[in-house]
Amino acid sequence: MSGWSIHEGMGLALPMENIDTDQLIPARFMSVPRSQGYGAYLLYDMRFDGDGGIVPDMPLNRHPDASILVTRRNFGSGSSREAAVYALVDYGIRAVIAPSFGDIFASNAVNNGLLPARMDEDLVEVLIAALGDGTRKVRVDLEKGAVVIGDVDMPFELDPLWRTKLINGWDDIDMTASHADAITAFRDARRAAHSWAWPGN
Amino acid sequence: MTGRTLLDKLWESHEVLRRDDGASLLWVDRHLVHEGSHHAFAKLAARGAPVAEPELTFAVVDHYAPTRARDHIESADIRRMIETLNANATTHGLRLFGLHDPSQGIVHVVGPEQGLTLPGLTVNCGDSHTSTHGAFGALAFGIGATEVAHVLATQTIWQKRPKTMRITVEGRPGPAVGAKDIALHWIAMLGADGARGHAIEYAGSAVRGLTMEGRMTLCNLSIEGGARLGLVAPDEVTFDYVRGRPFAPQGADFDRAVEDWARLPSDPGAVFDREVTIDAADIAPTVTWGTSPEEALPITGAIPDPDSLPESKAVRAREALDYMGLQPGRPLAGTRVDQVFIGSCTNGRIEDLRLAAAVLAGRRARVPGLVSPGSALVKKQAEEEGLDRIFIDAGLEWVDAGCSMCVGMNGDLVPAGNRCASSTNRNFRGRQGRGARTHLMSPAMVAAAAVAGELTDVRPMLEGRA
Ligand code: SF4
Repeated sequence: MSGWSIHEGMGLALPMENIDTDQLIPARFMSVPRSQGYGAYLLYDMRFDGDGGIVPDMPLNRHPDASILVTRRNFGSGSSREAAVYALVDYGIRAVIAPSFGDIFASNAVNNGLLPARMDEDLVEVLIAALGDGTRKVRVDLEKGAVVIGDVDMPFELDPLWRTKLINGWDDIDMTASHADAITAFRDARRAAHSWAWPGN
Repeated sequence: MTGRTLLDKLWESHEVLRRDDGASLLWVDRHLVHEGSHHAFAKLAARGAPVAEPELTFAVVDHYAPTRARDHIESADIRRMIETLNANATTHGLRLFGLHDPSQGIVHVVGPEQGLTLPGLTVNCGDSHTSTHGAFGALAFGIGATEVAHVLATQTIWQKRPKTMRITVEGRPGPAVGAKDIALHWIAMLGADGARGHAIEYAGSAVRGLTMEGRMTLCNLSIEGGARLGLVAPDEVTFDYVRGRPFAPQGADFDRAVEDWARLPSDPGAVFDREVTIDAADIAPTVTWGTSPEEALPITGAIPDPDSLPESKAVRAREALDYMGLQPGRPLAGTRVDQVFIGSCTNGRIEDLRLAAAVLAGRRARVPGLVSPGSALVKKQAEEEGLDRIFIDAGLEWVDAGCSMCVGMNGDLVPAGNRCASSTNRNFRGRQGRGARTHLMSPAMVAAAAVAGELTDVRPMLEGRA
């Protein structure tokens, strides 16, 4: 995964609360291997009707070129399916701005280079109003921790740990490998002191 | 020094190291995988890495498990998902609870049932309802595929310590009010993101009074209120449940374990970042009306009228009512249902089936429905107790164990537009199938809805019973 610190793209408002991961990608698409791409399934049941026809006034259908989504609270709640993040990333979304995120979704997002930017609810409402039914050019600056629209800076919150990870594109497994000895020592000590913690049978 | 919480103790006893930025590397005692873990296994394969601790990794077929005709799976997709897990388990030498294993079932039912879940352990699984295992006083939380691959490769996980929140439920719940109602009640009170960033410890006399099944239901639903994990301090109820289970410590090992476990409960005077207190007597049988678990009300309540809500809430409520096909202001009770489902990791355990059967005994369901036990062992026990006869005589279908209609990946779907009274955990749009309308409630309330053909208060139906 490659890191990034500034992204400029088209911002789009999806002014709904509780967009859960079941909506981000319905369960029936989750058996597809990632190599086939997940972008087509993003918000599938909102973007397409029961017969597979395009829902014309769904915001993403009006503006398929959006790369920054602005939504109301509790985005990505529900199932831990990382496929929800794959759908966003494969579609071309780089950042989601919301007053709150599902915890597991947010860490999945960071693990895939997608920014979950937490912004105060009133600021999000300002942003939603500024975007209206259309799109506008938005600049997301990770170093600064701000979203810039026109000449207005709007700060967002991001765990410093996650910021570093997004900027550097770190891979946790590589990072953990350097602690292999500490892990082995921990395991051996735990097993010696609490053998019950190993499964019987 | 102030006392330590259960979370502190669990955290500190699993911390391999802590970075300057506050991230802890935690040792993982039990890692549970299922068919949905295919992305993580693919990541592992791409690196050519082995599973670090196959002895601590267990594979379960549940999400795609057919609940009927297991020998003739028609869908190539479902067959492939199950075969992929089988192949990964074989490659990496993992104990597999496969489709035909006598102990197969939903991962969050199988773990506790097999004694894989114990107090004082860390438990991870690529599934948000891993919070269930916290009922034992285990640090258990769901993770995504990248993290699953990390646990497979290293048997550890990077985490930041969550804040703590204690939900104390005091008093005696009224008749037919159980763990499901307590959970839906607090989620409605605090919101579906009300506990975001927190680890919940459930306490109080009403929680102590719950069986392990009830505690699991309560911890299971923690995620629906935004908490990644829920905890109940282990006690005699916990130890009695664990004793003698296949993978649990035996004999002297068990006694040593109990000594360790007895030290886990939060110290008196331990301070929590947030405290919430609930009077059990205020809780009625609770039902969801909308498309988020926070949209829940007592069965005696009325469907909200968006016009009387603040504008920010009204939009959402209108959309939810529209999707659910409900009239604002009408009483919840009396809403016609098309079908029912009893099962899932929330309410698919033996006690749940007993509660539903207590309502259904000698009665007929007016609508069709499916009863899928949480595991093959739950199924066996229910059949020994004659519960299967009660369900079948009532006109419901008694099928094999799996996630089934909770998520519909195995093909058990609610048709578009149908209204389903369901003992599951998510009433999200499309969760049980595209266009499906889900009302969450306890298994007893689902049974009552089956008998009445509409949402109804179970309490009168239980008078003189159970
Ligand atoms: S029963 Fe439902 S919630 Fe539980 S693990 Fe299966 S799909 Fe997830």
